[in-house]
Amino acid sequence: MWRIESTRLIAGLTRIVRDVAVAEDLAQDALVAALQQWPESGIPDQPGAWLMTTAKRRGIDALRQRVALERKRQLIGRELETLRQLNQPDLAAQVEDVQDDVLRLIFMTCHPVLSQQARVALTLRLLGDLSTPEIARAFLVSEGTVAQRIVRAKRTLAEARVPFEVPGRDQLAERLSAVLEVIYLVFNEGYAATAGEHWIRPALCRDALRLGRILAALMPREPEVHGLLALMELQASRLRARVGPHGEPVLLADQDRARWDRLLVQRGLVGLRRAEQLSRALGPYTLQAAIAACHARAHSVKETDWPRIVALYDGLAALTGSPVVELNRAVAVTMAFGLEAGLELVDSLADEPALRGYHLLPGVRGDLLVRLGRLVEAGEEFARAADLCDNDRERELLLSRAVACRV
Amino acid sequence: MRFMVLVPGSSESEAGGMPSTEILEAMTKYNEELVKAGVMLAGEGLRPTSQGAKVRFSGGDRTVIDGPFTEAKEIVAGYWIWECASRDEAIEWLKRAPFDGGVEIELRPIFEADDFGEQLTPGLREANERLRGQTAHN
Repeated sequence: MWRIESTRLIAGLTRIVRDVAVAEDLAQDALVAALQQWPESGIPDQPGAWLMTTAKRRGIDALRQRVALERKRQLIGRELETLRQLNQPDLAAQVEDVQDDVLRLIFMTCHPVLSQQARVALTLRLLGDLSTPEIARAFLVSEGTVAQRIVRAKRTLAEARVPFEVPGRDQLAERLSAVLEVIYLVFNEGYAATAGEHWIRPALCRDALRLGRILAALMPREPEVHGLLALMELQASRLRARVGPHGEPVLLADQDRARWDRLLVQRGLVGLRRAEQLSRALGPYTLQAAIAACHARAHSVKETDWPRIVALYDGLAALTGSPVVELNRAVAVTMAFGLEAGLELVDSLADEPALRGYHLLPGVRGDLLVRLGRLVEAGEEFARAADLCDNDRERELLLSRAVACRV
Repeated sequence: MRFMVLVPGSSESEAGGMPSTEILEAMTKYNEELVKAGVMLAGEGLRPTSQGAKVRFSGGDRTVIDGPFTEAKEIVAGYWIWECASRDEAIEWLKRAPFDGGVEIELRPIFEADDFGEQLTPGLREANERLRGQTAHN
């Protein structure tokens, strides 16, 4: 019940009171009232509308008290306006508006005025309906840290007077990319945990997928929204083949493809087609989804269309200029055009400052060296990779590969 | 958690009749709600059993039985696949569906990979032993 209503309630209230912290408090109060009254009075026909009305009424009471106090100091303008809005009757039209409110709320919680960490915490809290302890567990930080991040984020939004709106045309692309980034960050933390004892955390992937699906329903004309959702659906389709029985990573080449989730594959392919139809120039998420789709369509590593993957990476590299993309491209080149060509590319990335400390650079190099029979060098690379890796499971794998090279 | 929601057939659905515009509208609106909440993964309606068939297995024999099948209320006429945070959430969504007239809609959790646990180990252990190919493509 609460999960269904809370985001909409908070979004609707934020439109009125223009402050997420106040909106969340009012929503919580309304829930407490519901928990007290519903067991006796029965659940109302429209629980969402009941909660909204109750929250508004409490908001009015709170504001009246404030206005009464502040009138004496002649500081009323904004409160009176809000009071007027709160007093408006509950019209059906307002209910229709609620979906737009959810969209406005997403743009607010992913606003660039907030730090990346704050955006993630606030978005998961208000739109993913995760509790503070849940968010803390997800990002391996203390509850106190998360609580503080959220409080500070709300204060920052209020102080910066961040408007409750969907950005206009001139800003939309930039702001939307910030929203997509937050969702993808959550997904990735679930898909390949950067640290900790677990290699994947499916619950986080599900939270990100849900946010992505909500966003796709709210912005059906935005190609990259569908691109990101398709990418997440396609990657998530491999989740259950991605860990072994003891929590160890199972990489793409060794995955049992029969265990891939066909429903998610299908949804991903449909989403990708939609993104491709909406725009001729493919954005970075759509390109990555197209790469994931090459894997999803292939029955084996051998049957994979590697030249197409290389071409897609070319596009992605041109768009992003990211050395991580170059590294991935090098792996695809290996598969399409041979080990030597791939190794040459990997070696050209050796001095790339952005990849310093990135465990997959020596990891990939080690792998290529093994396949070229250069075991001593390979062992050194795996050991280096293990040193740089913060995820326990992945480190174990790298260490075992380093050991295997010495035998 | 993933759920399958099974919608039973009726004499009308078995006769191949389409629901009224009113019902279709209510159902479309409900589906939109499900999609906008990120809950609905799939959902389809099924044609009447007169267009379906059954295959009976008995030893090595395979007997084909053509539809229609009797007992309309035991017949599945449609289904949804939902992704919800909990069974409670799924039930809450189901309660909001525009059905009436004493019809009972069944909600069933779908097995997740975790449910199988150790039973999957032999094949995967083997896969693990073959583990090689650390690439960024995973």
